[in-house]
Amino acid sequence: MSTRRYVVGKAADLADGEKMAVEVGGRSIAIFNVEGRYYGLLNRCPHRGADLCAGRFLPRVTAAVPGEYHYDTEHTFLVCPWHGWEFDVTTGQSYFDPVGMRGRPYKVDVESGATIAGMQPGPLRAETVSVQVEDDYLVVDLRPQRPQRAQSARTEKQETV
Amino acid sequence: MITPTRPALIEPVVDRAGREALWTGSVIDVDVHAQVPSAETLFPYLAQQWVDWCTERNWKQPQGPLSHYPPNSPRTCRPQWRPADGRTPASDVDLLRRHVLDPWDVDRAILNCYYGIDSIRQPDWHNAMAGAVNDWLIEEWLNKDSRLRASMVLPARDPASMIREIERVGSHPGIVQVLLPVRTDALWGRRMFFPVFEAMAEHGLVAGLHYGGTADGVPSTTGYPSYFIEEYAAEWQAFGSQITSMVAEGLFRVAPDLRVSVLEGGFLWLPAWGWRMNKDWKGLRREVPWLTEPPFDLVRRHFRFSTAPTEAGPTPLLEKAIGWLRSEDLLMFATDYPHAHDDDLAQLLSAMPESMRAKTMAENARSWYRL
Repeated sequence: MSTRRYVVGKAADLADGEKMAVEVGGRSIAIFNVEGRYYGLLNRCPHRGADLCAGRFLPRVTAAVPGEYHYDTEHTFLVCPWHGWEFDVTTGQSYFDPVGMRGRPYKVDVESGATIAGMQPGPLRAETVSVQVEDDYLVVDLRPQRPQRAQSARTEKQETV
Repeated sequence: MITPTRPALIEPVVDRAGREALWTGSVIDVDVHAQVPSAETLFPYLAQQWVDWCTERNWKQPQGPLSHYPPNSPRTCRPQWRPADGRTPASDVDLLRRHVLDPWDVDRAILNCYYGIDSIRQPDWHNAMAGAVNDWLIEEWLNKDSRLRASMVLPARDPASMIREIERVGSHPGIVQVLLPVRTDALWGRRMFFPVFEAMAEHGLVAGLHYGGTADGVPSTTGYPSYFIEEYAAEWQAFGSQITSMVAEGLFRVAPDLRVSVLEGGFLWLPAWGWRMNKDWKGLRREVPWLTEPPFDLVRRHFRFSTAPTEAGPTPLLEKAIGWLRSEDLLMFATDYPHAHDDDLAQLLSAMPESMRAKTMAENARSWYRL
């Protein structure tokens, strides 16, 4: 088990749609529960460093022509609280420049207390009391992830000027 | 201490030798003006009802140009181009030949007649006058010099009438553009104008956004200016507003083939506009989701700019500013005959990469207008 993996909280404490920021390995990580799946982002907008954890999730809105909106509540963007830049929380990619501008994603796993009991360090240590090691815990992996590309990402290099 | 200067090329080229000293390649002039010398000039192209309408009212000319270009302002006409016999400058094709077409040895020149008919409020008279100006341009100018192409004018207050006029004369082979005054009652990007721009695109016409216009509102963004210099120096703001409107409202999603020329609007304010639009689009694009790429990219694809007037400044700074356009395809040479901007074309060319010069002098316009 790599020492780059940190136990940061109980899965049950982060309900669907909720988010939290945790300090691990000297950095702040924003963790999101999106429909039962957990995602981590460096809690720092790549633009000016705002806390992404303070951002809202807003439906993706697109339009092929003026006035004909596709308001997609099935897919949401995390919107930076400072300048409104939209990020795909699953990949860290920004809407406007998926190649050049992205938040830094971290892997968040859910593992049972039995697996992680005794794991070091992190803001939360799994309780070793026999009953509680049965719970599921959130584990942040600080090892770099392979870059992912969102399905809908425009692949063309965008000039940001 | 007196610094040596290069030859006085700031002066308009008045003979072939001056032109050759400046530029030996081909030349296309995208903004030369035809001025209607008198109301009577248009009478042969008007129904009797409107001839009588003009004469009964002792109507002489639209009000717009009188305020845009005061007759005695040094900007209205270069001294060399003001007819000695007191005729209206730029009012006949022989003058144009002598002053621009021959000495500049142009391949093509695009004729724009901002007569100010948008200051006429009676809608049917307005329509009739637009038709008369267009027929006069075809008969008295296009038919007399094969180097000329022209912009048609429109009754700019009524989209349905605008479309009818495009359908009436927009297919004439000499008509390559529609002249749109930059100051309007409503911004050109508003949806009510979408069908007008679609009609232009269908006819292969460029939309020519040009200095002038008689809006219902004030001619500045905030109240009436006091002086001509205010009107003139601040006019670029109207161009900025129109381009912003056309981009933000999604006009180019509706008319993806539309080309827009910015004539007599300057161009070095463009990098600052582009930076601001691109920056704010990143955070505000949710309200205009049809805008799916950086606005400046859209401008580079759908807009071209005439070189007159040039906001030049010292040459090293001009070089930087041109570099900030990040395109060699945006600029098109114009004399803006007969107006006097005192642009130093030699300096402008010297501030460009060599590969950009031929494009600016002719090739950008040739492909843009399909000449």
